[in-house]
Amino acid sequence: MKIIICLKQVPARDAVLRLNSASCWIEESDLTFEVNEPDLYALEEALRLKEKHGGEVVVCTLGPARAQQAIKEALAKGADRALHLDDNVFISLDAFGIAQALAAAIRKEDPDLVLTGLQSDDSGFAQTGVILAELLGLPHATIIMEIQAQEKSLKVKRELEAGWFEWMELPLPALLTIQSGINKPRYATLKGIMGAKSKPIQKLGAGELALTAEALEPRQKITRVYTPVKAAKTQFFEGSPKEIAETLLDKLKNEARVL
Amino acid sequence: MSETILVFAEHHAGKLARPAWEAIAAAQHLAGDLKAGVVAAVLGENPGAMANELAQADVQQVLAVASPLLREYTSDGYAAAAAQLIRERKPQYVVFSHTYQVRDFAPKLAARLGGGLASDCLGYRCEGRKVIFVRQVFQGKFYADVEFVGAPPYSVSFQASAFREDAVQRGPAPAPVENVAASLDASTIRVKPGERFREAKQAVDLAQAEIIVAVGRGIKAPENLEMAKQLAEALGGELGASRPICDSGWLPMDRQIGSSGQTVAPKLYLALGISGAIQHQVGMKGSKTIVAVNKDKEAPIFEVATYGIVGDLFEIVPPLTDAVRKMKSR
Repeated sequence: MKIIICLKQVPARDAVLRLNSASCWIEESDLTFEVNEPDLYALEEALRLKEKHGGEVVVCTLGPARAQQAIKEALAKGADRALHLDDNVFISLDAFGIAQALAAAIRKEDPDLVLTGLQSDDSGFAQTGVILAELLGLPHATIIMEIQAQEKSLKVKRELEAGWFEWMELPLPALLTIQSGINKPRYATLKGIMGAKSKPIQKLGAGELALTAEALEPRQKITRVYTPVKAAKTQFFEGSPKEIAETLLDKLKNEARVL
Repeated sequence: MSETILVFAEHHAGKLARPAWEAIAAAQHLAGDLKAGVVAAVLGENPGAMANELAQADVQQVLAVASPLLREYTSDGYAAAAAQLIRERKPQYVVFSHTYQVRDFAPKLAARLGGGLASDCLGYRCEGRKVIFVRQVFQGKFYADVEFVGAPPYSVSFQASAFREDAVQRGPAPAPVENVAASLDASTIRVKPGERFREAKQAVDLAQAEIIVAVGRGIKAPENLEMAKQLAEALGGELGASRPICDSGWLPMDRQIGSSGQTVAPKLYLALGISGAIQHQVGMKGSKTIVAVNKDKEAPIFEVATYGIVGDLFEIVPPLTDAVRKMKSR
């Protein structure tokens, strides 16, 4: 089974984010980045499918040079090789443009299965995977919590709201978006890290992918990013932990009247 | 002719769900600002009864889109039927609620139609004829303004309770219902839905709890749960958690609060080390009093908190538990 795993690099979860001077995105200099969390679960799922059914795991990442770090992490964990889509024209793409670029790269690979995380922790549109399936002409299922691969089809457990799930079947080739918690992602071993150094990373730009400006034309743009105006009038307490505990209890008892 | 806003009414097994009405409320609101007309669409094998129910709302028209192949939801079937409808009716905007079902097919539909999809929006504002949609980015740490570029249809999905079900305007008389036969080809529906089920029955019903102490990533390690458990016990409440805690197996799934877990509205909700991503907030923001303890003062949980403590939960919780015990023993 040839599996493509789409992996995005996003600001680290505990990084302190600042807005950039134009207030249209965050300031990316001096920021630490990590692999988007749901993508880590998707990678783990790809590696497990390969261990069980054989085949190849190919990482596909769109991002600037810094994204090499995320790619290397995936290779160290066991992916076989990587496609790195890096081009200045990729910088301001929307979900549709990103999916166009990914589709152009993935089409050439003709995979049996494409996995993505269900959404990214930065912009969080939750669209790229589904658009990618449409562009590749593949059936898809979203928010997946279990995969059972059969000869020519997949049986998958899809998460629904409020604790409900649904089993569904789809023929291969297919695309799945993976939910966090589907498995326990592994850590890279020292051997894996050493081995990753010789694994191929193919760089692809818009030219190699025959992508025209028109195909990448955004359908929407983020015009401004800003700190939310707090609607709730939160009362904040300060002082020593003991003072805070006493103030809080007093408020809960005498103001909110919930104790 | 005035512009049309098409609104998608979600249902489960023939029953209109709350997101359907929230989407209608959103479409009516947007139509008011744009002086446009609202057309509601419901897809199914036999959507007539639901269409009549939708016709009670103040809308121009209800479309009952029927096909035997729409008996169960599939992304292939819904995207194909909705694409046909939108190509024929040419709405300016298509409005959805940001549900799991919509996440499954709306991006596919928008990609097929050639328009953008602003997903998971909190609301919008108008500047003249221009509509600017507002959504969260970076897990709720910031908001972003999103504008469409290029040609319509412009699709937008709104977060749960961004618009309220009870804000739906009723019409003076039922709106006309039009039956539309979707022409679908069975061979294009590749995904086969199976049974729906819940995991092993819920051992705790957090919805019944009056006090909930919930923990998030800030608790750091499973052995630290004991501290939260003691506070919950002292308060006579239940222990809950955000998704990552249950994903890690530190607490069973039936303790999970949020869009994929339980929805709770206790009189007191203490969020310890929970940043408050929207997926968590939708499961608890109906709580009467919310106390949040988090070391990040920008954490979105503080947007819904009644009382906030910016600090280390490991320093705050033990004296709080002591104080509660002392109070109770008096």
